[in-house]
Amino acid sequence: MFWNKEIETLSRKKLEELQIDRLKKTVKKVYDKVPFYKNKFMETGIKPQDIQSLKDVTKLPFTTNDDLRANFPDGLVAVPKGQIIRLHTSSGTTGKPKALFFSKKDVDVAADQMARCLIMSGMTSEDILQNMMTYGLFTGALVMHYGAEKVGCLVIPAGPGNSERQISLMQDFGTTTLHITPSYALYLADIMESMGIDPIKDLKLKRAFVGSEPYTEETRKKIEALYDIDVYNSYGLSEMNGPGVGFECGEKHGMHLWEDNYLVEIIDPQTLLPVKEEGQVGELVLTSLNREAMPLLRYRTRDITSIIPGKCPCGRTHRRINRITGRSDDMFIIRGVNVFPQQIERILMSTQRVGKNYQIVLDALDDITVRVEISKDMFDGNMEHLVDLQKEITGKLKAEILVTPKVELLEPGSLPSFEGKAKRVIDKRKL
Amino acid sequence: MDAIKQISIFARNNPGQIERITHILAEQKINILAITIASSGEFGVIKFLVDQCEKAYECLKSEGMTVSLNDVLAIKLTDKPGGLYKVAKILRERKVNIDNAYMFVQESRKQGYLMIEVKDINKSMELLKGEKLQYLKKKDCYPRTKKPVKSSQSGK
Ligand SMILES: [Zn+2]
Repeated sequence: MFWNKEIETLSRKKLEELQIDRLKKTVKKVYDKVPFYKNKFMETGIKPQDIQSLKDVTKLPFTTNDDLRANFPDGLVAVPKGQIIRLHTSSGTTGKPKALFFSKKDVDVAADQMARCLIMSGMTSEDILQNMMTYGLFTGALVMHYGAEKVGCLVIPAGPGNSERQISLMQDFGTTTLHITPSYALYLADIMESMGIDPIKDLKLKRAFVGSEPYTEETRKKIEALYDIDVYNSYGLSEMNGPGVGFECGEKHGMHLWEDNYLVEIIDPQTLLPVKEEGQVGELVLTSLNREAMPLLRYRTRDITSIIPGKCPCGRTHRRINRITGRSDDMFIIRGVNVFPQQIERILMSTQRVGKNYQIVLDALDDITVRVEISKDMFDGNMEHLVDLQKEITGKLKAEILVTPKVELLEPGSLPSFEGKAKRVIDKRKL
Repeated sequence: MDAIKQISIFARNNPGQIERITHILAEQKINILAITIASSGEFGVIKFLVDQCEKAYECLKSEGMTVSLNDVLAIKLTDKPGGLYKVAKILRERKVNIDNAYMFVQESRKQGYLMIEVKDINKSMELLKGEKLQYLKKKDCYPRTKKPVKSSQSGK
């Protein structure tokens, strides 16, 4: 099912024509209306008319988090104040939040692309969405709310918390779809169990949109099993309208990123050049193509992902990105190769017989050592099995990061335990 | 034919590892009958034959060590030339494949045992049935254990 079949299945050629048209308009607009961008163009000697093809996008300046903060609150707004109808903010780890402004059309575009996502997941106007995200400055709940109203389903604006009320809302109104954080989804299943409610038999849930916190494929599968539902990954950021920038279709293999609204680039965060081939991992950079109030050129999302090459069986022509595997700030370089700790983590997590704790040590000779604890329950006293395990991990890591690491197997509990933000990488080259 | 329990401990190849383990066993008054170490360089598996294996297993585990309890066969060797050959021949004839083996001398010049680790202990015991081999008996290995030692518990 499609919300806007024509746009969603537009031929690549037509889609790219639309993109270049919208890119040119966006560039002209920010050049004329946003002094910050005009100054950047002057610095590099670029004029709006230099942008003639999609490849020319690399001539444009990047926009970073720091730029958004430096222009706080409304330095990047490109329309008269009277046209702005909504403010959202995005909190950072340090300093002031980032302020994001929406015109009436922006709110509509955000809701429209959200509607595409919801229909793509199989929702219809018969569905009942319980929206358990925080309504407020954060974009998550409101954009979903507007999108679901466009689809025509009943929206229960529950907001987060108050688990017993959440559960009775689900029972009383026959909720079919949840919008929820992964940790709350797991927690709520526990609460249901303690209340003697079987989420599979006693509720009418079909699917959940799980987001606003990073979560692994294992967590997705766990939530799917607990509730017997489909969980769809989504990608969004307030700087680019909030949720619904990218969303999974029924294939559940990568998130279609709406390329009529965004120009997608994957860059090497070190060189800032585009990755050499489609499918290579790098930082996602987005240029908004359809925003009125606050268009952003080449916004560096800091999110690490890759484009999935090839066509999706669902028929949508908008390319898919992989699950976000980390932040570009975490990247390190070993023997000239860019490596993200998350690549290593993914390999370790997919390996049986090792625990969740690991450490990466980079030493003066540009060697990489991956230290991982073996799993206590899996130790069978057999030396050969351990040697095989070491070989298996080394081989998988080499295939992933192209450098042969030294793999150390450690006793469980011998690495410092990491809670929250962990220092996984020890770079002795900098000492 | 008795299967004998052997304790395996995962250890980093750091100085003091064996000291740490043997200290725990000494404090618990557990007697070590045999020890063998398999090492890959950075890590290894230390294997012990002790007189109170369940107790040793629990103690080492509660000290946070990565321990597993496995069954091994202890085949008695006659102390004369060709003693080991005789046993090895039978094992080959019966198609008992050895994963790992070591010797355990209980009393110098009198009693020795060939300790063998195999993939499937029950199958191997079945294969060796009828052969004129003698085995270390549980009662000789665990003189202070009153009750028969429970099996299972291995870290599978
Ligand atoms: Zn698709």
